[in-house]
Amino acid sequence: MEIGRGEEMMKRKKASGILITFSIMFLFWILLSCLFDAFHLLVGIGCSATVALTSHDLLVKGRSKKVLLKSFQLLLYILWEFWQIVLANLDVAYRILHPKMPIDPRVIEFETTLRGDFALVTLANSITLTPGTITILVAPETGKFWVHAIAKKSADSLLVDQTMQRKVADVFMEWKHGVDMT
Amino acid sequence: MVLADAITIVLLGVGLFFLFVGSIGLLRLPDFYTRLHATGKCDTLGAGLTILGLIVHHFFYYPGTILITVKLLFLILFIFVANPTATHAIMRVAYKTGVMPWKLGEERK
Repeated sequence: MEIGRGEEMMKRKKASGILITFSIMFLFWILLSCLFDAFHLLVGIGCSATVALTSHDLLVKGRSKKVLLKSFQLLLYILWEFWQIVLANLDVAYRILHPKMPIDPRVIEFETTLRGDFALVTLANSITLTPGTITILVAPETGKFWVHAIAKKSADSLLVDQTMQRKVADVFMEWKHGVDMT
Repeated sequence: MVLADAITIVLLGVGLFFLFVGSIGLLRLPDFYTRLHATGKCDTLGAGLTILGLIVHHFFYYPGTILITVKLLFLILFIFVANPTATHAIMRVAYKTGVMPWKLGEERK
């Protein structure tokens, strides 16, 4: 009986995953095409259904709790991130246009408390977009990052201040996995 | 309309400046990794600001077709997700195949 109920739960989870993916895909289709005749709508339904059936587990995977709160926090984080991107570009532009090119590249490593796929991708992309740092490798099991930094100043912002790691951990609420954040 | 034009011109100008700096960086910087810094970052903001300029222009001159504005917004969103991911992918392959990073004081490669 117990196993049967578990399977039932799994099936329901899978069905809702497919349904959510299908809805998002179809809304996006309508947004992009903006054609409401029968042919285009049917093609849209066919395409959305194919995508939903083949890759629903990519979009809705292991649903976590407090999705709304996390989305809101992610939105705030993205606004902060935009400002960081502007700073990053001014910094890189300064280094490129300066006659002496004040660069001092290095590869740094550090560990984080993040484990979730989405959190790791957010941090990795944020690092790539912000001042003088690009993510080289990520180890999802240990939350370890290898980062190429263009100068000592940009390396220190990840190694010493750790503002970005802390902000991403706050957004996804993944503080503790046996690693101390101080 | 003058205000809208001014905003458009400023956004396009700043966007083109960053794209230009990215290209200069590609030529001036010493090795593979540092060149990716120039292209990966400056192109993202440059393309984003350029499209933002187009959005402002379209919004004020063709208010009837608001959907195109939304499509352009989605373009910015996808560029901001795809560009760092692609940069990271190139960097990762280079690191794994053993391209050594340039260090201060070495010769240009």
